[in-house]
Amino acid sequence: MIITLALRNLFHDRIRLGVTLVGILFSVVLVAVQLGLYAGTSKMIVSMVQRADADLWIVPYGADSFEGSGALTGSERHTALSTPGVARAVPIVAAFSKWQRPTGGEQLCVIVGTDAADGGLVPWNLVAGAVESLNLPDAVAVDRSYFKDLGIEGLNSTAEVRGSRVRVTALTHGIRSFTTTPYIFTTLERGRSILRMPPDSATFYLVKVQDGADVATVQSDLARRLPDVEVITRAEMSRRSIAHWLFGTGAGAALIGGALLGTLVGTVIVAQTLYSSTKDHLNEFATLRALGSSSGYIHKVILAQAGMSAVLGYVLGMSIALIVVFVSIDTAFPIIMTPTLAAGLFALTVTMCAASAIGAIMKVMKLDPAMVFNR
Amino acid sequence: MTTEPVVKAHGIVKELGQGAGKVRALKGVSLELQAGELTLLMGPSGSGKTTLLSILGCILTPTEGTLSIAGEATTGLSPEGLADLRRRHVGFVFQSYNLFPTLNAIENVRLALDVRGEKYADCVVKAETALREVGLGHRLRSFPGNMSGGEQQRVAVARALATKPSIILADEPTAALDSENGHAVMELLSDIAKDESRAVLAVTHDPRTHAYADRIIRIEDGRIIDDEHRASGENVTRYDLKRKRKLHA
Repeated sequence: MIITLALRNLFHDRIRLGVTLVGILFSVVLVAVQLGLYAGTSKMIVSMVQRADADLWIVPYGADSFEGSGALTGSERHTALSTPGVARAVPIVAAFSKWQRPTGGEQLCVIVGTDAADGGLVPWNLVAGAVESLNLPDAVAVDRSYFKDLGIEGLNSTAEVRGSRVRVTALTHGIRSFTTTPYIFTTLERGRSILRMPPDSATFYLVKVQDGADVATVQSDLARRLPDVEVITRAEMSRRSIAHWLFGTGAGAALIGGALLGTLVGTVIVAQTLYSSTKDHLNEFATLRALGSSSGYIHKVILAQAGMSAVLGYVLGMSIALIVVFVSIDTAFPIIMTPTLAAGLFALTVTMCAASAIGAIMKVMKLDPAMVFNR
Repeated sequence: MTTEPVVKAHGIVKELGQGAGKVRALKGVSLELQAGELTLLMGPSGSGKTTLLSILGCILTPTEGTLSIAGEATTGLSPEGLADLRRRHVGFVFQSYNLFPTLNAIENVRLALDVRGEKYADCVVKAETALREVGLGHRLRSFPGNMSGGEQQRVAVARALATKPSIILADEPTAALDSENGHAVMELLSDIAKDESRAVLAVTHDPRTHAYADRIIRIEDGRIIDDEHRASGENVTRYDLKRKRKLHA
């Protein structure tokens, strides 16, 4: 009967139900978009780190992101390779540069130079051309979503980067950066050349440990042998990148703040409508109390109402959020909806609605069942 | 044969309000209600009828005095303890029926059983039986909004009856009904009171109800001024309170 009563109370006033659902829907969509953006940007920020085939990263001291680090001299590689447990140490260069559009003007870009044969980091999601084509003279790979920014039209388009001629020989799909700055993949040698880096230098070394070797032990050994640089795990590199771009710039705080605001707005709207619904049904709750129901029984009716509102609001809100997610796929800031995020959002919605029921429950706790005689 | 009273109230005092606004609504009421009796509680407005009904129904607690329902003392019980006592021993019939408008007749009756924690199947059978007993077997799925006042009050009686309480307390059960429905509801309460396991107490102003009473208790200014036991089926003429008071004096 608890469910029946809650359901009937809920649908008794359709307008109020509509307001409640709009409140929850608004909240779910806002939180989904904000957290989806957070997840999407986080994934974008760490995409290079996650794609790189490395157990450990040798980075300049204090390196805080993939794009914005200093340079290593080159001697670190020999030390790394002579450390027990190290299978390989692949050099990679990555730094900001300027792409000169063939149509005129400049575009900031990030040059990523690494040799595919070394097994470090190669462009993925190729939709045209091949990784091997990067070995051709002047060859670079770009993401097709940046054509307009780079002033090019597709394969074989040419441009200049800091005075060096480049030609697009491969195209990727979905490799975008948080800063909206295009990644330009090329070989290690060409990357050094474009970035005016010394022949043996690198931005990072991607270290792969031998099968059976303990990563933590290798990390410790490397750190001891390379006191002027840092040896960090992939997880630490990802964490630093997210901390730098999301929290160093305030973007992450804005996204989380938006999600909190959405939760707050949703809670207030649901609390308000649930409270007014409870107030309208106060005589019925007093009758229930007079019939001998425990206060727990009445609380369950109110919580069931809140729970049903949560489920309905979540389904509607999530439907809209998924449309937003779909529309955002090819934009500069794709929104991600993962099963974990969807489940977390459902838990948040239920919690929000349960918290909203507190006011209504407080109201019925003060209920005087003697009011049944005063109607 | 003397049977244990269903309700035993002794020296009930009830003060309402606080400070300067404090009112002594009941001033030492003592009474016993026997199973198998329909008792009417009568008195002018403000005499303390509803306050007494609320105390006997364990909705209000007395300021002073003792009360036991079906042999269970109510003194010192918490609100949850009193609710438990109501659930097990008390049925209510209200002046305005107090049905749930969003539930149909059988659901309204089932609700009273559900709060007792009874199983769904038992609730359905008992609710249907109670509604048939009050002559509403054909209106099981009707909503209160589609029923006459008399029908709604009969649903309320069925709700009170379904839990098989020791006492049914009715607050002005005929006040909102026309003559025909008023008589029908009183007849129903009278029949229910014939059950030797149950007492019925009805607060009323309605002189049409006298004919059904086994006993009439009159209350005025927070005190019982008359307690009249009547022979079954006795015809009642209009009660002359002033004359009665003179007799008592």
